[in-house]
Amino acid sequence: MKEIYLIALPLVFAGAAFAWPNERTRPRLLPVAGGLHALLALGLFLNPPSPAKDAWFGFDPLARAVLPMVSLLFLVCVIYGVAYLQIRAERKNRVFVTALLVMLGLLSLALQAQNLGLLWVAAEATTLVTVPLLHFNGTARAFEASWKYLLVGGTGIALSLLGSFCLGYASLHGGGNGDLTFTALVAQGASLTRPWLITAWVLLLAGYGTKMGLAPMHTWKPDAYGEAPGMVGALLAGGTTTMAFVAILRVKQVVDAAGGGAMTERTLLAFGLFSMLIAALFLLGTPDFKRMLAYSSVEHMGILTVGAALGGAGIAAALFHVWTNGLTKGALFLSAGNIRRAAGAQTEDKVAGMAWRSPASARIFVAGVLAVTACPPFGVFFSELKIILTTFQTNNLFTATVFLGCLLFAFFGMSRLVFAIVDGRPRAATRATGKQFRETPGVIVPPLLFLGLSLWLGLATPPLLRETWATAAKLLFPAP
Amino acid sequence: MSGAMNLLIGLAMGFSLVALASSRLPSVIRAAALQGMVLGMLPLLLEEKFHWLVVAVAIGTITVKGFIIPNLLRRALRAANIDREVEPLLGFVPSLLLGAAAIIGAAALGSELPLRPEHAKTLLVPGAFATVVCGFILLMARAKAISQVCGYLILENGIYLFGLLLINSTPLLVEAGILLDLTVAVFVIGIIVDRIQREFDTLDTRKLTSLRE
Repeated sequence: MKEIYLIALPLVFAGAAFAWPNERTRPRLLPVAGGLHALLALGLFLNPPSPAKDAWFGFDPLARAVLPMVSLLFLVCVIYGVAYLQIRAERKNRVFVTALLVMLGLLSLALQAQNLGLLWVAAEATTLVTVPLLHFNGTARAFEASWKYLLVGGTGIALSLLGSFCLGYASLHGGGNGDLTFTALVAQGASLTRPWLITAWVLLLAGYGTKMGLAPMHTWKPDAYGEAPGMVGALLAGGTTTMAFVAILRVKQVVDAAGGGAMTERTLLAFGLFSMLIAALFLLGTPDFKRMLAYSSVEHMGILTVGAALGGAGIAAALFHVWTNGLTKGALFLSAGNIRRAAGAQTEDKVAGMAWRSPASARIFVAGVLAVTACPPFGVFFSELKIILTTFQTNNLFTATVFLGCLLFAFFGMSRLVFAIVDGRPRAATRATGKQFRETPGVIVPPLLFLGLSLWLGLATPPLLRETWATAAKLLFPAP
Repeated sequence: MSGAMNLLIGLAMGFSLVALASSRLPSVIRAAALQGMVLGMLPLLLEEKFHWLVVAVAIGTITVKGFIIPNLLRRALRAANIDREVEPLLGFVPSLLLGAAAIIGAAALGSELPLRPEHAKTLLVPGAFATVVCGFILLMARAKAISQVCGYLILENGIYLFGLLLINSTPLLVEAGILLDLTVAVFVIGIIVDRIQREFDTLDTRKLTSLRE
């Protein structure tokens, strides 16, 4: 039962952080907890425990395929966080640090949850604990963003509870004994009552899709990502969304086992392509570079969903994409946070010439945008390539066309905005910001690390990781 | 037994309509609170034999939905010093008509879905779906933050109603629904905290528009 430490360790540290008396030294708890968590996750990844039967949570192949990424993302983000909270010494960080650690514990719980109810509880609690993180800046805009996040996210999470109830009733009506672990539900297979199963799928997809940020339920995302500190954005884009994606995969497994495979594939494909399309359109127009990252996240959630819709090889590719997207987004959010600090604004009419004002961050940002729009040799290129190849193999030419078209427009939109803020002469307004933002190693090394990880995933994907993704895909969706 | 239950569920649906028709915030809060109390009584009727867990759920639900949350809402109303008008984005009559349509639609949907024999005679499924949709209408069709929270509360009541179908087989999952109340609490505490931290003169969510394309 080593996997319980993944959940307990961050929660213990959260308690310690809450009780810690010193504002200045408290953030140092973050990398300690993150480092221990990453080591634990690595240990479990290398020596996966044999899953206990009927356990409510466990380090199963799907958790093994994504949890180390979330742990790694958290670690690098909080290393940045130490420097960030030093810059923001004027804001109290007790709640912020505690909430970050609780979030890590809950994400570890949700990714390992083997029970429909437990999964929901973890997802709901993650939603709640994110609110103080979004509200960290305490401005009117931050309040607005957290309000919208809570309203849209709360409604989504309520719908997923209703969906969980429907799935529970499908099992009960089909002769189940109220055991809501995923293995029991899968074993029940076709005896799940069909109309309830369909209702449950619709509600759960809408609910967890909202958390994931699929269009048209993505409306909270630009606000939240635009107003939250960069590291929180990175954790939302790589951690919380991964949790929601895993939830959808687990539910899909149940619905597929009950003979609803064609339905899940069709709906996922529609949601995925629609999200990509909406994101590409908004990317062409948005003037704000932090909100741009949110739309890019919507796009990549669409890519994951398309991958999941393609089954088998598509799911393995989607799990690959979870890694490449999460880590590349880390580089983008952290460097965007630096640029935002240096410029004092985040729209293209107020920000220009950042290559001169914050040279290192601007360079990382440009490289990150190239990475996330799938330039080789970064990881995203290879994971997207895998998904495209799967569309060809499964003869989904329409999907491939829309997919490639959206990628192209997303590239146009993002490169337009990025070069608008990086090039040119610094605006008068940006020069006038009183305190100069210094690019210390503390805020530059973490995004560089993320870029390095993205490169590493592209150039030298460890065979063990590939195997893990393939195992997870095969276990969740045995070939018919 | 199912007669008394259906009466209470009918009453709960009525309170959704009252909330949709109210033009004053305190009466919307009262409608949501009364609905929560009515729903809290239901588990007692559902159970044939006396069971302490069910009694605990009932007492907990009535306390949280009927007293704690409405009181928090009233405190927020005072703390933020909001005037009592509801300010509908969608008029009261159209909201009511939509609510009525939701009830009819839910009844139609409820008769389509297969039920276990012990639930077949109750209004649980149509009542739940109707309440969820009414809550959704209130959530979307009102401008003020407090009435949006009330809409969320009613939406959540509908989900709780649905959960009663499962209370015998998976009581823990149903009780987990109490976490939704925590969401509401966070909403309200958010309003109060923000109010204390900073002056902002209205809680009109139409003014929360600085973030847009």
